[in-house]
Amino acid sequence: MYRSHVLVCGGTGCTSSGSQQIMDTLKEEIKKAGLEAEVSVVQTGCHGLCALGPIMIIYPDATFYSMVKVEDIPEIVNEHLLKGRVVTRLLYQETVTPAGVKALIDTDFYKKQHRIALRNCGIINPEIIEEYIATGGYAALGKVLTEMTPDEVIQCLLDSGLRGRGGGGFPTGLKWKLAKQNDADQKYVCCNADEGDPGAFMDRSILEGDPHAVLEAMAIAGYAIGASQGYIYVRAEYPIAVERLKIAINQAREMELLGKDIFGTGFDFDIDLRLGAGAFVCGEETALMMSIEGNRGEPRPRPPFPAQKGLFGKPTILNNVETYANIPQIILNGPEWFSSMGTEKSKGTKVFALGGKIHNTGLVEIPMGTTLREVIEEIGGGIPGGKKFKAAQTGGPSGGCIPASHYDIPIDYDNLIAIGSMMGSGGLIVMDETDCMVDIAKFFLEFTVEESCGKCTPCRIGTKRMLEILTKITKGTATMEDLDKLEELCYYVKENSACGLGQTAPNPVLSTLRYFRDEYEAHIKEKRCPAGVCKALLSYHIDAEKCRGCTLCARNCPANAITGTVRNPHVIDTDKCIKCGACIEKCKFGAIYKQ
Amino acid sequence: MKSLEELKAIREKMQGQLGLRAEDHNHIRVVVGMATCGIASGARPVLTTLSNLVQEKNLTDKISVTQTGCIGLCQYEPIVEVMAPGQPKVTYIKMNAEKAAEVVERHLIGGHIVDEYTLNSADIK
Repeated sequence: MYRSHVLVCGGTGCTSSGSQQIMDTLKEEIKKAGLEAEVSVVQTGCHGLCALGPIMIIYPDATFYSMVKVEDIPEIVNEHLLKGRVVTRLLYQETVTPAGVKALIDTDFYKKQHRIALRNCGIINPEIIEEYIATGGYAALGKVLTEMTPDEVIQCLLDSGLRGRGGGGFPTGLKWKLAKQNDADQKYVCCNADEGDPGAFMDRSILEGDPHAVLEAMAIAGYAIGASQGYIYVRAEYPIAVERLKIAINQAREMELLGKDIFGTGFDFDIDLRLGAGAFVCGEETALMMSIEGNRGEPRPRPPFPAQKGLFGKPTILNNVETYANIPQIILNGPEWFSSMGTEKSKGTKVFALGGKIHNTGLVEIPMGTTLREVIEEIGGGIPGGKKFKAAQTGGPSGGCIPASHYDIPIDYDNLIAIGSMMGSGGLIVMDETDCMVDIAKFFLEFTVEESCGKCTPCRIGTKRMLEILTKITKGTATMEDLDKLEELCYYVKENSACGLGQTAPNPVLSTLRYFRDEYEAHIKEKRCPAGVCKALLSYHIDAEKCRGCTLCARNCPANAITGTVRNPHVIDTDKCIKCGACIEKCKFGAIYKQ
Repeated sequence: MKSLEELKAIREKMQGQLGLRAEDHNHIRVVVGMATCGIASGARPVLTTLSNLVQEKNLTDKISVTQTGCIGLCQYEPIVEVMAPGQPKVTYIKMNAEKAAEVVERHLIGGHIVDEYTLNSADIK
């Protein structure tokens, strides 16, 4: 038995900043200090504060160390683990108060969060099934199989108000009900782990941090709709998630929590993995099933819907990872518990991946109905550098921007749709006054052009033409007629594309046009980029009043575009200037500006 | 797994250990002085005994056993402090594994301070 557990984050974020070496060194040092029988080192999933990784938490005192380096390990072992003295300099600064160290759950980042889907992430070792069981794992499956009928399970989900967390927001219970109603010799339960939105990584973190929750929920789904086989479609670009899923499936099989006659009830259910090659379109349900079947990942028309004819032509349900992660808790705590959280039509919580111009880049889970302001200012710690909030992008390439005028909007499915964005899978990219909205729209369009599968013309060619117009705008060569054409094309692509990818691809353009039309017009009419991003429309200049002639800019200019003599104002040759911005960064007098 | 009892058994076996990772303000905190003086006079077996017993008896949801540095009363080490919310701190001195086990049984579980091991009972001038 161990007196202390040292938790080291093994999520993708912390792993890429070296948590594996930290764990190895930690084990060595603990051995050297003769503490290996007293202190256990536990690799966990993501804690959410990815910006501060690698993260280490030492229990039972719950000391939270951030940005730990390999060199810090001997000190942590010899001071903290051996002598009980906290290494103050490594503490997460938010937990340090004049009165001492405060608990992590009391920091701004965690205080407003409510973790259901992420409840085990960062707490249990995802590679040890017993730890999942200790937190109540597989009890929901046990309850469902021994106490509930399939109809009761479905009713429980309907009552809970759970809606799909992958983006669409379709009621999960209804999806299961439709699949149950269709009789067939074989049905399938699928899990969509093909998380493709740039900036969203909650599904990956759940699979890495709590894979058994997804397996358990899929088995519950199998019982509810009458399926004996499940497939998890996960992208091969998530190697840690794939590895942990494999381990989890094997452990569950060994314990006979997957396989034949689970809990002696005669219910059979097994799960296999299918790895995707990372095409965005394969997150679309019909394309995903095509890909599982071994075909090219292209969507097919609906109806028939998957609940009627899905995988291999059989009734199938497909839910997202985060949706599944909520289900065991709903079964155990009851639908009323879940529906007591959130807004009228959006119940429970939602995980968001915070990114862009925000202090606490990472993963947060908040009750539906939390305002955007709370998420960004309080949980996210605000925008760095004292810059002003301009917009938040949600829903990735399918979503849109929320401008500052809607900063206090309670986040839920319907509110976001109403203001021209969408929940999507939960990426939330914060933009400040130095971000150009035309450039942002162009960025997402580049993504959809690249990812369009090419099956239908509106999406394949339409998005390409849209991108061309956007490029013209950012270069200052577009006309107002081009803008009209762009808008017309947006509606055309939206209405005529075959699947969700094309139908939502124009959203980033439409929503930025809706709220930031003046910025588009400034690019076209005044040949000016108000945020100072679009290079073609910028030129760099030196304010002769402020320039002290220190020559620093001239020495750092990679294009030799700056001339001048010592102690005399310098000049930038705009023909030679490549607009890299190196001079602005170096100037100590703020004499260089762009316009 | 063929029955819910099997699942329950695993859960109970693991719960005490995982309870170590709970964060709760209402925990009774048991702190062992683990500076050089503490370690030299045998604080480590005291710490491990306390920690193991609390886990074995599934008390991790109520009690956390941690360590601290030098309390300053080096001649009385190993020192164990028990801090329960809303109650005065109890300081046990010159502890060993057996005494620690007794404190778990009589104080932490039974709720009665083991007077004969406390600092108050020692003859300090």
